[in-house]
Amino acid sequence: MAAIFQGVGAAATLSSSPSNSFVPKKFLTSPRRSFSVRKVPSYVVVRSDGSVNFDLNSKSRRAQQLVANAVATKADSSAASSSSNPGHELLLFEALREGLEEEMERDPRVCVMGEDVGHYGGSYKVTKDLAKKFGDLRVLDTPIAENSFTGMGIGAAMTGLRPVVEGMNMGFLLLAFNQISNNCGMLHYTSGGQFTIPIVIRGPGGVGRQLGAEHSQRLESYFQSIPGIQMVACSTPYNAKGLMKAAIRSENPVILFEHVLLYNLKERIPDEDYICNLEEAEMVRPGEHVTILTYSRMRYHVMQAAKTLVNKGYDPEVIDIRSLKPFDLYTIGNSVKKTHRVLIVEECMRTGGIGASLTAAITENFNDYLDAPIMCLSSQDVPTPYAGTLEEWTVVQPAQIVTAVEQLCR
Amino acid sequence: MATAFSAPKFAAQPFTTISPTSQHKPLKIPTAASPFLGSTRKLLRLSSSSQLNLRRRSSGSVFAVSDVVKEKKPTPIPSLLITKEEGLELYEDMVLGRSFEDMCAQMYYRGKMFGFVHLYNGQEAVSTGFIKLLKQQDSVVSTYRDHVHALSKGVPARAVMSELFGKTTGCCRGQGGSMHMFSSEHNLIGGFAFIGEGIPVATGAAFTSKYKREVLKEADCDHVTLAFFGDGTCNNGQFFECLNMAALWKLPIVFVVENNLWAIGMSHLRATSDPQIYKKGPAFGMPGVHVDGMDVLKVREVAKEAIARARRGEGPTLVECETYRFRGHSLADPDELRDPTEKAHYAARDPITALKKYLIENNLSGEAELKAIDKKIDELLEDAVEFADESPLPPRSQLLENVFADPKGFGIGPDGRYRCEDPKFTQGTAHV
Repeated sequence: MAAIFQGVGAAATLSSSPSNSFVPKKFLTSPRRSFSVRKVPSYVVVRSDGSVNFDLNSKSRRAQQLVANAVATKADSSAASSSSNPGHELLLFEALREGLEEEMERDPRVCVMGEDVGHYGGSYKVTKDLAKKFGDLRVLDTPIAENSFTGMGIGAAMTGLRPVVEGMNMGFLLLAFNQISNNCGMLHYTSGGQFTIPIVIRGPGGVGRQLGAEHSQRLESYFQSIPGIQMVACSTPYNAKGLMKAAIRSENPVILFEHVLLYNLKERIPDEDYICNLEEAEMVRPGEHVTILTYSRMRYHVMQAAKTLVNKGYDPEVIDIRSLKPFDLYTIGNSVKKTHRVLIVEECMRTGGIGASLTAAITENFNDYLDAPIMCLSSQDVPTPYAGTLEEWTVVQPAQIVTAVEQLCR
Repeated sequence: MATAFSAPKFAAQPFTTISPTSQHKPLKIPTAASPFLGSTRKLLRLSSSSQLNLRRRSSGSVFAVSDVVKEKKPTPIPSLLITKEEGLELYEDMVLGRSFEDMCAQMYYRGKMFGFVHLYNGQEAVSTGFIKLLKQQDSVVSTYRDHVHALSKGVPARAVMSELFGKTTGCCRGQGGSMHMFSSEHNLIGGFAFIGEGIPVATGAAFTSKYKREVLKEADCDHVTLAFFGDGTCNNGQFFECLNMAALWKLPIVFVVENNLWAIGMSHLRATSDPQIYKKGPAFGMPGVHVDGMDVLKVREVAKEAIARARRGEGPTLVECETYRFRGHSLADPDELRDPTEKAHYAARDPITALKKYLIENNLSGEAELKAIDKKIDELLEDAVEFADESPLPPRSQLLENVFADPKGFGIGPDGRYRCEDPKFTQGTAHV
């Protein structure tokens, strides 16, 4: 486990380690690399022997802090450097809050509903202090009734408001599946276009740090078949804020997937107003040899692996697909046409996951451009175990990614 | 009021005591000694008194009485509850509902409409009694038995009939069907196929009303939402969750239970531990009221108070209307389980006949005038059927419209353009 490291010098040690476990100590004093990396102080995370040593400077049960900005040179973050003012640095959950706050200031119809979003400030602090600023009705603390308060959000959206419904953990939204599938996705159509549902449903999901099976679920695969909704996954503070704002402004119902382990990513983002397009993918690292498609937390595993691969002489192109439904087949297609090899790395389950759909979509549209079958690395079809070692082996680790690329590029 | 039988008590009664003056026969089923429930085996014998007996309250039990009813004293001379105009409006609305549903049955058996069609015959008093008190901006949320709610709310019969025929001129462009009637103009927010899933949506609409008043500072916003649902739904989690939230935040909503004693083939008594649904209101901090749902005037009185309560910002009310559906659950239901004597009992309490009798006996109207209304409705329906028949079926191009409010949601195709810009998209032949 412990895919999150301090210092990006992990690559050097990675290539030398034979197994999937990582040796912790070397990372603490890693040298700077070509990718812009910031040392984030006072977070010690890594372990390979199951022992935990972390600095809980957050009081909630949030998992360990994640490290450096593993975003590569190009892509949207270039907007940050190209603007004349220096921007400001913040953590991903702060970026989400900033986006939410700006939209609430901009449009008085935007409101938040969820458990502990008000006085508690959100279990991951995404709505911290918003209730003090906007009042208890605009940042509504709901009772524990996911199905009903999600339905309430849908009813409010149909009658003119723009609610943001927070699932304390994405897994809890399984209780709201009735409302999300039957009402959120369908009512615009069944009403013949009379009612729009500009709702945003967001929350953290994904495999965390030994949170157990039920708190480690990836719901994107369950929701992806629902017609009428859009799904996006954020992975950096920049795209978190951008996607949050775009989702709120969108007239469609959008589900925004965040990840428990990414909330403490730090990045410098622009001061000015910006949004990220909901339907577009993000080019993280251009390359020539292989297209690696990923999203959310696996982006960091991929970037970790990319360093190793670069050392080995490969040139992977890494794309963060961001838009889980619909897929941005243009960016993906262009990449496939260039590299002719595709590796999908995701945290979803193997069966029926996003990777499975993506494989089908690419095969359908770009089969002629492929030199090798698409490889898809997903989590094991296993309820996430509590034990640290087992949990580590359920999700895809950078070493597996390296092996997969080597196999693909043979 | 010399109309239909009175409904039993408003207040809750403890199960063990039945007053000796009661003319109710205790039911054989041990759990429910409450007199009003239709038994699967035993017919209910209601009190023939036309007054609501408010004296029967024992101390310590839950009071589930609406405020206005508390003050009502039995008067020797029945005062008229409605004016002539109101009476005729109510009559016309109920006749429209009844005739429309009968026409639906005809059309279904002629193969003009398909799928699941749930008819409202017998329950018209509830729809008319409540919805005719609403303004246009008030919202109504219903279930799959929603044709008459739509009509009462003001959706034209033509639009509803076309929708049932699946034509593009229907209120939902033919995309919703019998169970999904929507009208943004008349604020009918559905039409839901799964029971219980409309209740949270109704709670959300009520939330918007409160939000508009308190956050957006639209001080005169006093829109009320009515949520209609049945007895089966009252065992569903969404019902309880929404009762809690509505009472907690004092949302302007009225929860109207159309207790017709049957959920397809499941008797309410076999499905519910405590069959007196109105008692569940006080458990959540709102008044629970029981009313005779076969008597439109009684329903209207209760509705007035409940809606006024919501408009004043005092919060929700749970109103249980004892009513009955004369037909089966849907047109596919053979309706074999219900006792013919039970059906006959309620058929004798037909709300339309009762109102007609009231109007005539109180000299508010005459036979001729009422017959004229009947005829007018018949013609309206003929016209609606004709209109629906002649309307076009939805073209293929309609297939992909309205899936998203913003069709960019279909994403970017391999050629770099948004799929919704593809001409095949507008033709409905694009594969998304």
